Amino acid sequence: MNYFLTEDQKMIKDLAAQIAREKLLPIRAELDETGEFPWDVVQTLAKSDLFRVFVPTEYDGLGGGMFEMCLVVEELSKVCSGIALSYAASGLGTIPIILFGSDEQKKKYLPRLAAGEILAAFGLTEAGAGSDAASIKTTAKPDGDSYVLNGTKQWITNGGEASIYTVVALTDPARGVRGSSTILVEKDHPGFTFGKKENKMGIRASATRELVFQDCRVPKSNLLAKEGMGFLVAMKTLDQSRPGVASQALGIAQGALDYAIAYSRERKQFGKPISSFQGVQFMMADMATQVEAARALCYAAARSIDAGEKDVSRLSAMAKVFASDTAMKVTTDAVQICGGYGYMKEYPVEKMMRDAKITQIYEGTNQIQREVIALGLIKESVRGPARGSIPAKA
Amino acid sequence: MKVIVCIKQVPDTTNVRINPETNTLVREGVQSIINPFDVYAIEEAVRLREKHGGTVTVITMGPPQAVEALREAISLGADDACLVSDRAFAGADTLATAYALACAVKKLGGADIILMGRQAIDGDTGQVGPGVAENLGISHVTDIRKIEEIVDGRIVVERLMEEGYARLAARLPVVLTVVKEINIPRLPSLKGKMAAKKAEIPVLKAADIGADTERLGLNGSPTQVMKIFTPPKPSGGKRFTGEPAETVGALLAELAAAGITIRKK
Amino acid sequence: MDPIRVIVQNCVGCGLCVKSCPYDAIALSGPVGAKLDKPSAVIDLGVCTLCGACVEACKRYQAIVITRRTFKGQDIKKYSGIAILAEHRRGKLGSVVPEIIGAARELQKELSAPVCAVLVGNGVRKFTDELLSYGVDEVWMIDNPGIGDFDEDVHAELVSEILMEKKPEIFLGGGTVVGRSLLPRVAAKILTGLTADCTELSIDPATMLLRQTRPAFGGNIMATILTQNHRPQMATVRHKVMTPAEKVSNPQGKVIELNHIPVPATKLEFLEFVEEKSATVNLVEADVIVSGGRGIKDPKNFELIEKLALATGGAVGASRAAVDAGWIPYSHQVGQTGKTVKPKVYIACGISGAIQHLAGMKGADMIVAINSDPNAPIFDVAHFGIVGDLFKVVPELVKRLESGS
Repeated sequence: MNYFLTEDQKMIKDLAAQIAREKLLPIRAELDETGEFPWDVVQTLAKSDLFRVFVPTEYDGLGGGMFEMCLVVEELSKVCSGIALSYAASGLGTIPIILFGSDEQKKKYLPRLAAGEILAAFGLTEAGAGSDAASIKTTAKPDGDSYVLNGTKQWITNGGEASIYTVVALTDPARGVRGSSTILVEKDHPGFTFGKKENKMGIRASATRELVFQDCRVPKSNLLAKEGMGFLVAMKTLDQSRPGVASQALGIAQGALDYAIAYSRERKQFGKPISSFQGVQFMMADMATQVEAARALCYAAARSIDAGEKDVSRLSAMAKVFASDTAMKVTTDAVQICGGYGYMKEYPVEKMMRDAKITQIYEGTNQIQREVIALGLIKESVRGPARGSIPAKA
Repeated sequence: MKVIVCIKQVPDTTNVRINPETNTLVREGVQSIINPFDVYAIEEAVRLREKHGGTVTVITMGPPQAVEALREAISLGADDACLVSDRAFAGADTLATAYALACAVKKLGGADIILMGRQAIDGDTGQVGPGVAENLGISHVTDIRKIEEIVDGRIVVERLMEEGYARLAARLPVVLTVVKEINIPRLPSLKGKMAAKKAEIPVLKAADIGADTERLGLNGSPTQVMKIFTPPKPSGGKRFTGEPAETVGALLAELAAAGITIRKK
Repeated sequence: MDPIRVIVQNCVGCGLCVKSCPYDAIALSGPVGAKLDKPSAVIDLGVCTLCGACVEACKRYQAIVITRRTFKGQDIKKYSGIAILAEHRRGKLGSVVPEIIGAARELQKELSAPVCAVLVGNGVRKFTDELLSYGVDEVWMIDNPGIGDFDEDVHAELVSEILMEKKPEIFLGGGTVVGRSLLPRVAAKILTGLTADCTELSIDPATMLLRQTRPAFGGNIMATILTQNHRPQMATVRHKVMTPAEKVSNPQGKVIELNHIPVPATKLEFLEFVEEKSATVNLVEADVIVSGGRGIKDPKNFELIEKLALATGGAVGASRAAVDAGWIPYSHQVGQTGKTVKPKVYIACGISGAIQHLAGMKGADMIVAINSDPNAPIFDVAHFGIVGDLFKVVPELVKRLESGS
């Protein structure tokens, strides 16, 4: 289906697809097994300028936005979403700097992030604060010209590999959420260490670690925006980046669908390729329709964000929830179509199914997403019916 | 350091097939690509620039559509490009091609190093590199697998030969043809692709390069193709299917019957 | 005048030329020709490379004509005899040399002209007996301590001088690393034609020209080439393509020393030669070669190929796909852009048999193919093919060979 990409967007998409084919495909199975971090691929992406696509031109970026980032994440995820995540998560860690950084902070970090010389990560989640992000406990006590951080962040993607971390901590614990701030912590700031690398069900090529702050001293100049704005920064960041997760799920789904279709044409039973059986055909048709719908939602959300639309939360949430649910369903169906072979590690689809699961969980569980959507609908209904629509009570 | 890379746009011969019914080349779906060996030359040139500074210019002698290969070369890191194109060049064999390219190189002011791939995958002759060097009156070394160092105008290279490699030194300027062992080419970059799109690529015609017209194109080519034919298709021998123990046994029996032993002596 | 044109009144609009053109340069869009209802052929001069395939295709109606007026060549009448390059390095005569002499002696049967060897280097007189034993009539030699084995620029200069003085009508060299570098330089110095990697050489009985046949388009088609107006007609021949000359029982040839030709100083500096020790790489000499291709799937699996090579005392080869994927170095590549091999037994594992690969190995005495795809083209050239999973077949083969059963 034609989504009317510009020439530059096609160029970005084609290059990402080429890298996925030539660099990710040969190593995905091995990295899934070993969990080794894909530094070679990160370097290739860096050299090909793909980290620049969502950074403004004033800071050595190519001036694109979330849509361009989504195109890259989708193409990479078609082949390996674990490796793609190293790119996407760095994007997530970079967005707060782009949205809220001072000119000085942007000058300090964005060019190196755009060049892919360093990676970023986003640190919000804690052991006791997942969906209930407001109950974070990590503190950042003001002390002279520094903040002193204490606490632990959990399950941070790129933890240990990234050089710069946007961490949400309480600068004024007494005020709760309104006392939170987002601070840029660098890997070598004293008192900052990492926990063990997590052993995950899927996306195993991506590194997931605890961030451990023990009297970690960070200069006050690393505060993003203002004290007390921590949560606002986090929520706005997640709103922006959500289509990125959607595109990751979308890529996984597309990759699984493509594989299943190819397999169904090769595999013969009862003297015919299984693609000739209506049962399989109907499955593939449903899978493809869902993937296309997910794509349309994801692209619409990304384009809205880039166009500067103010109220993007609901569309963003819809894209994420639909794409991730689709990915889970499509990958499960793909394994089913591949039958016994689909279950074997020798074939790539079982990995895709394991990879898909996380997309329903992180960056706001799908339950939270549904709440966001529902609350948004209700709020809108309270405000009154939109012009031209049928009122609820006729 | 000024480096000129000579490239050729070729049909992707790995995908060229013969239509079994008409015995002619199947052209559909055969893309035009940069000769794969030349991609290694472009990469080596870019690495030389990264190490020693200077510029990388890519040139090709070809029809107008060869400009796409030049743009691709820019997306791989070349600074600029030049298309050497004129109907007068058509029908050139390697002698005439080498002559034309050498004239173009002279017109561009020469270079410290002229790089190209070992051979083009359509002609497979490997003859243009030495020919260009002879026309320019400079040294050449073929089959380069590594450029070790360049110090004070002296370049040390490793030349891949049948039973090993030779380490040689030459004084710049020099023509080098490269083999795939020399590097792993990078993928294009977005900035490179954007530069490639915008690049203004001048066209040098026969008159621009100060060539002696009787040495160009068909008339400048001592060799001529008398006939082209498709080789007869072989029909294949015996085939075995089944369990490995059976098929291997059958194979070894057949080899023994044919008097061929493949045991280690 | 355009170098190629369609004679409209001869053209019947059959379209054979259109189909024959590898560059899609011809369309049937011209004015009606011999047949009043069929448009004639039109050639796009911007695309046409003057390869001549259409002229050949239009043999019957001769409606396409290529006019060439090549630049002035040498005085052909003054040239006679067949010369070959006696390539040598590090104390040994090139193993391709007896084969080139063999080819020259075959041509000699048609031309009744002497076969002469061009031998330049330091201490090379020790090769003269061997050359004469292959039936060479004359050895044109420059033996001088100033000619290093690797001073190719000096070799090019001296060979050119010898050719210009002795004027053979044909000069052949090996399609070796040196041959493919030295002969083009010589051809460019002398201004004559050179055809690379000929698979067949013969004399055209009508014109007495050397017919040089070689693969083109990556091996998909064959081309026969002539050098009409320039001398010598130069050609290179790859290893293991021509039959080596038989030794003569009573060599009658003589050595002619050409010491009057000055030896120039080299501009190259030879530093050292590093020999490739691994026996598994000496493909060109091996009796058995075991090759792996895309079907190997993983670089680790090349161990299996190595095992089979060891079990057979053979060398390890690879298809271009395996080399391009980085699984094995380029020195192992067999094919159009790699090495040409002619072993007694060639075992192709997981190789589909693309034309470019076949070009490098189809001369093997016995070709064995192991591939899971029954439609793989390799089976067309294989004497014995096993359709099966190489990861099962190769270990079984290794087992049987090691146990001696």
